[in-house]
Amino acid sequence: MTSPLGKDLLGLEKLTAEQIGLILDTAEPLKEISERTIKKVPTLRGATIVNLFFEASTRTRISFEFAEKRMSADTVNVASAGSSISKGETLVDTARNLEAMKIDMVVIRHNSSGAAQFLAERIESNVINAGDGTHEHPTQGLLDLLTLRQRWGSLKGRKVCICGDVLHSRVARSNIWGLQKLGAEVAVCGPRSLLPSAIGEMGVTVFDRIEQAIEWADALNVLRLQLERMEGGYIPSLREYNRVFGVTRERLDRAPKDILIMHPGPMNRGVEIDSDVADGPHSVILDQVTNGVAVRMAVLYLLAGNSPRLAEAAKGGV
Amino acid sequence: MSARDLLLKGGQIIDPSTGLNTIGDLLLRDGKVESAGDRIGTPDGAEVIDCTGLVVSPGFIDVHCHLREPGREDVETIATGARAAAAGGITAVCAMPNTDPVTDNQAAVGFVLKQGRAADSARVYPIGAISIGQNGERLAEFGEMVGAGAVAVSDDGKPVVSSQLMRTALEYARAFNIPVADHCEDPTLAAGGAMNEGIVSARLGLRGIPAEAEEIMAIRDILLARLTGGHVHLCHMSTKGSIELIRWGKERGIRVTAEACPHHLSLTEDCVEGYDTHAKMNPPLRTMADVEAVREGVRDGTIDVLATDHAPHHNDEKARAFADAPNGIVGLETALAVNITWLVKPGILSLATLIERMSCAPAKLFGLPGGSLARGTLGDVTVFDPTRSWKVDPVGFRTKGRNTPYGGQTLTGRAVCTVVGGRVVYREA
Repeated sequence: MTSPLGKDLLGLEKLTAEQIGLILDTAEPLKEISERTIKKVPTLRGATIVNLFFEASTRTRISFEFAEKRMSADTVNVASAGSSISKGETLVDTARNLEAMKIDMVVIRHNSSGAAQFLAERIESNVINAGDGTHEHPTQGLLDLLTLRQRWGSLKGRKVCICGDVLHSRVARSNIWGLQKLGAEVAVCGPRSLLPSAIGEMGVTVFDRIEQAIEWADALNVLRLQLERMEGGYIPSLREYNRVFGVTRERLDRAPKDILIMHPGPMNRGVEIDSDVADGPHSVILDQVTNGVAVRMAVLYLLAGNSPRLAEAAKGGV
Repeated sequence: MSARDLLLKGGQIIDPSTGLNTIGDLLLRDGKVESAGDRIGTPDGAEVIDCTGLVVSPGFIDVHCHLREPGREDVETIATGARAAAAGGITAVCAMPNTDPVTDNQAAVGFVLKQGRAADSARVYPIGAISIGQNGERLAEFGEMVGAGAVAVSDDGKPVVSSQLMRTALEYARAFNIPVADHCEDPTLAAGGAMNEGIVSARLGLRGIPAEAEEIMAIRDILLARLTGGHVHLCHMSTKGSIELIRWGKERGIRVTAEACPHHLSLTEDCVEGYDTHAKMNPPLRTMADVEAVREGVRDGTIDVLATDHAPHHNDEKARAFADAPNGIVGLETALAVNITWLVKPGILSLATLIERMSCAPAKLFGLPGGSLARGTLGDVTVFDPTRSWKVDPVGFRTKGRNTPYGGQTLTGRAVCTVVGGRVVYREA
């Protein structure tokens, strides 16, 4: 039995619209499991999943862990600090050792672009990319797509602007590919120092000013502006960033229509987004978090089809 | 010194330094060229090699390679590097000084020479550092290093950040008539970069190095060569803009020469797709427009020299996530074939011009013996088959490095016999 997604989920760039649609369709019914009193199904019983996090993460790691546990998988969390990774063990060796303990899937977060693919090419287990450097964060992209689809029904012809530090954002790349494949129009907005110089070749519109983006968009996906970017000299100050590029109530009030507000978190309130926007009526930020668990359950479920041992377990059904 | 005469019989002798291009015999005696071109009888006791159907040319000289000794003998030694060169038809190499410790004084230069002689294969010429420790601060002792055998100075691997230090280096090098081999990279623009900046880097989420990082330093140092009258030799030129800037400098009579490497003439940034670390080097693989411009530069002479930038690395170090892997690929054993496959076969270069760029020009620019088959010249000769197809198998390399992007590819052109000082140091099995 082969998974309709292939062995691994490394990014959205290489997926087809049909594969993305399948994940979202699968996520919808799985959402209900998290609403139950007993939030558990036996689907992945007997499967072992390692969450291999080389970078600090709260939201994504916990979201994956909930998804795994609600499907009855056995999970192990490995963080770089306090493990053999901090003793200089290479990524290959870490992976091979884990695999020697007979595991079924690895969820990996790593600070190097391509690390998930690197791992996927070297182990037999399914690999799920939970964010690799500044490359992709496919499950974040998927949960963003699910959130928009729930609101709009279809993404075709809808306009989504990704705002902020696109250059360093894996969320931005996954969103760009995913949105384009589902037929949405994509724009980016931010200081040019935080956009890839070749951004125009990625099939997106570029807005230099947030006011233009707000006038154009049906939804804004507001990226986190990391403090390090100011220290790295990409922007002069967080204060000015908020004044020029911040998504504020005042700016949104001038929009010609209601705009959905998304943010992958964690937010810097008062920097890229103001609190009254983040907590306002058009914010779907907490829906994104809820959908994150469902989308990850769907990915685990679909990838499990690739492993005979897991497929057996999956007979327990959803 | 060779006791026996060596007769290379019946090959196509091509020597751009004398304009010779004929089918004939080449006789080497006492380590030197005795006669080239004329059909001659076999002298008593001479070793004879039948070169029918092969090209006989002055030995190739690679002015840019990294032999890793001292410091990283696990990835290459001067001996394995010299033997790899010989297997690639290269009779002499210039070893870059970014070893550990750095070749920045006369004793260190002497060590490289000593190991080169002990290797008893291709000749090894040391390049000394521009600055002590390649730290970009204090000038190294060019005079003593040249006295000990250094043929050029370079901080290759690192740019000379200070314009003032580069100015001084170009001025000071004039007394010794050596080129300053220049690694052109603006370190602030290139900081953290892993590949060419463009659409591929944007897609892969890898930090890019813009072409301008190379070009800004290229023009700075062309201007400093104009200011000082020194000879600046620009290493591994990779961008269209650099070619235009070099052309600009040459048109004005500035003492700028330049080299290009096989990978920048054959591969583009698309090879990084899939995060293949064998496609990671510095300068990075660029776009097709750049590749075409560098090829044209080699054709019209804007690029004087074809070098390798041979840079062996351990497999464990290359088997990492892309951004964490070191820069560089091996090149000594594939350079000739890559150059023939991508320059000669498509008709961009004639064989004579290829030999000029791989032998005559490097000898002339770095003041090295060889690069010619004129009577009385050093008997360094490359015999190669320009039409032979072969599949690159890194496992069979003489170099300790296996890091090549050409593994598994079928290339055209192969060294058959390599002669150093009238003695065969490599012969195809």
